[in-house]
Amino acid sequence: MFAYIVRRILYAVPILIGINVLTFSLFFIVNKPDDMARMHLGVKRVTQDAIDSWKKDHGYNKPLFYNSNPTTGNAFTDTIFFTKSVRLFLFDFGNADDGRNITHDIYQRMWPSLAIAVPIFIIGILVNITFSMIMAFFRGSYIDVGGVVLCVVLMSISTLFYIIGGQYVLSIIFKLVPISGYDTGTDAFKFILLPVIVGVIGGIGSGSRWYRTIFLEEINKDYVRTARAKGLSERIVLFKHVLKNALVPILTGVVAVIPLLFMGSLLLEAFFGIPGLGSYTIDAIQSQDFAIVRAMVFLGSVLYIVGLIMTDISYTIVDPRIRLGST
Amino acid sequence: MTSLKSYLLLIMVIALIVAASLGIASATNVRIAVLWSDALIYLLVLAIAAFAIEATHKEHLRAPWRHVARRPLAMSALVVLLLYVVVGLLDSVHFRQALEPQEGQTEIHYSGEELSLLDVILTPLREQQEKTYSAPFATHLYMKETLERDGIQIRDYPRLTHAGSHLDDPEKDKVADIVLKTLLALIEALILWAVILIVLAALLARGKQLTTGNVVKAILRNNTEIPWLAMLVTFGMMLLLIMFTVNLAGSYHILGTDKVGQDVLYLAIKSIRTGLVIGTLTTLIMLPFAIMLGIMAGHFKGWVDDVIQYLYTTLNSIPGVLLIAAAILSMQVYMANHPEMFETVTQRADVRLVFLCMILGITSWTGLCRLLRGETLKLSQLDYVEAATAFGVGHFKIMTRHILPNVMHIVLIAVVLDFSALVLAEAVLSYVGVGVDPVTISWGNMINSARLEMARDPVVWWSLVAAFVFMFALVLAANLFSDAVRDAFDPRISRTK
Repeated sequence: MFAYIVRRILYAVPILIGINVLTFSLFFIVNKPDDMARMHLGVKRVTQDAIDSWKKDHGYNKPLFYNSNPTTGNAFTDTIFFTKSVRLFLFDFGNADDGRNITHDIYQRMWPSLAIAVPIFIIGILVNITFSMIMAFFRGSYIDVGGVVLCVVLMSISTLFYIIGGQYVLSIIFKLVPISGYDTGTDAFKFILLPVIVGVIGGIGSGSRWYRTIFLEEINKDYVRTARAKGLSERIVLFKHVLKNALVPILTGVVAVIPLLFMGSLLLEAFFGIPGLGSYTIDAIQSQDFAIVRAMVFLGSVLYIVGLIMTDISYTIVDPRIRLGST
Repeated sequence: MTSLKSYLLLIMVIALIVAASLGIASATNVRIAVLWSDALIYLLVLAIAAFAIEATHKEHLRAPWRHVARRPLAMSALVVLLLYVVVGLLDSVHFRQALEPQEGQTEIHYSGEELSLLDVILTPLREQQEKTYSAPFATHLYMKETLERDGIQIRDYPRLTHAGSHLDDPEKDKVADIVLKTLLALIEALILWAVILIVLAALLARGKQLTTGNVVKAILRNNTEIPWLAMLVTFGMMLLLIMFTVNLAGSYHILGTDKVGQDVLYLAIKSIRTGLVIGTLTTLIMLPFAIMLGIMAGHFKGWVDDVIQYLYTTLNSIPGVLLIAAAILSMQVYMANHPEMFETVTQRADVRLVFLCMILGITSWTGLCRLLRGETLKLSQLDYVEAATAFGVGHFKIMTRHILPNVMHIVLIAVVLDFSALVLAEAVLSYVGVGVDPVTISWGNMINSARLEMARDPVVWWSLVAAFVFMFALVLAANLFSDAVRDAFDPRISRTK
């Protein structure tokens, strides 16, 4: 098991290098640092002096890969590739284009993101399981058919509609919660409530439908027939036998998402004015702050790979038949 | 008819269409302008036509489609989808009109604005601009202005220039006028519907020794193999909406006007093409890669498999939105520094749209590629593939002749399931600022520019509602249809039934 995890982590290294090279080429080879400077300073009527001083301030005044007369370090470390890309591996994200320290910002903004993402994740799973259990219990009846149709309808509605509609109904008409904003401590509750409701409702459609198919697959298995043949009631069969076994694919399926909760939700945070990592990313995209976008791409990829490894480990925990590392 | 004959027919039809459009273009003094996305759409239409010809000549392909054709819900959804597709195709034929020649000018100059066939059909909607917001069916502007009436200056809501201008006293006559026109639309729709019913019945009755009357009865009693009644009812409702628009759009703004006074209905209809392009072209662009790499990985195994797996794991690891954002940002910088590459604003916006499709394709091919790899691994263990290998059949031939046809159902299911997600993604991406160009009319841009208006009093809701309803109808129809396709083609599901 331990050896397996070590191997998986080592396997992640080439992937991260690949991501790094890809983002580097997107940001520095397709567009030269000069183009970037021009973009920031306004496209027209920019003098070469202004471009040079912008590049110097932000550390872009170096060759891309090889520096023939280095001022610090050697020919390979005093380059854009080393200072801007390789340093990401040490989780040293450097400074944003407006001079703020990105690592510090990420630590600060992680908590509001989690405050929204974790409740949505947990409540979402509970609601979806309940809803899909009801459909599976009444399978084939009008309740089931109606439930599936409702799921398809919910899936077909844009998330933006849930957000804007929720803000309009709860905040503007009924004035129950503030439209947007954030606060620390217990005051945060009233700001979190609406985004969480919207996030949960937005996920019901696809989530419940997926869980329903898992439940139905499980219901058709032999051990369920045996349980019924023993004379157990449908309720006990469903809650004691099917639920427990169906939780295996459900849990292993959602484990991969857990690390990504740190990244927050782009849309919810931006609409509700929550100072988390999601809105951080959107602000960076809109103000074209490439340093932050690069940092977030790297962070997101690391978290995704962590999620994959966690998924594999969770399989061995919930299903002892699977042994990792034996192959 | 053999498939060769069908292909010849297809080529003749294409040649006819091209010749006719060139003829019309030279007669009406316009220049046909083919945008990048137009060209790709034509390619897609050709691919679908070829696929349809293949499918009608092979029993194992026809059977699942017959299964789809028997489901009323799916076929009703198809009617709605086809309506959207027709609008989208009309909006994909672009041309530039010739400008009035100046004094002493010999060569013809063309307008810097591409128009589509749809624009021509919707000319009244396109040109009836107001000053700013106005509510649906309003006769007065949303905001007060200083007016001069009987020699004194007062502040009041001015009359709209293009809505209800035929009424003397809008307060009194408006409701009666709208009701009258709606009734007219209802009658027209009913007549048209009846005509279509009879034509359809006559077509169905042909060569079956049935009278048209009998077929009409069978359709109305819902006694046909293909659920014509459900399809006709759906079509009837669409027809009603269309006739309603035709009758009222000329004299009112049915869905109001937006901030700069453009008709919201026009914007919502124009957005259809953008949504369809993103939903379909993305798939068209990513399919060759996904199919080729997926099958190669599963067939060759070894280092080829390792490289391809590495490739898709790497791309998959990057959060989709961020990869799209990074690519679009780079693209923006590039376009800002190379303005000379684009002749008109529409062309620039179109290149960005195609580029967005490419990036979306890059982020979305990985899932399909993995599925295809797994399926190919399974297939290459089967006897018939091993037999082919033993006979010395080449790799390329094994992959195209023996594996590809047997994984096509996976491809088809992935294509139809992706479509609705992509249409929804467009709106979100446009909100984030990495979607289509701000000058491209799309539901995302409509929502984006209207979302701050919810705080106004009275609320400006019509832009948002229009965009959401148009998008919802398309996505719902696509979801319902794709469910039926998946049920019909997925061997795992059909076996349990």
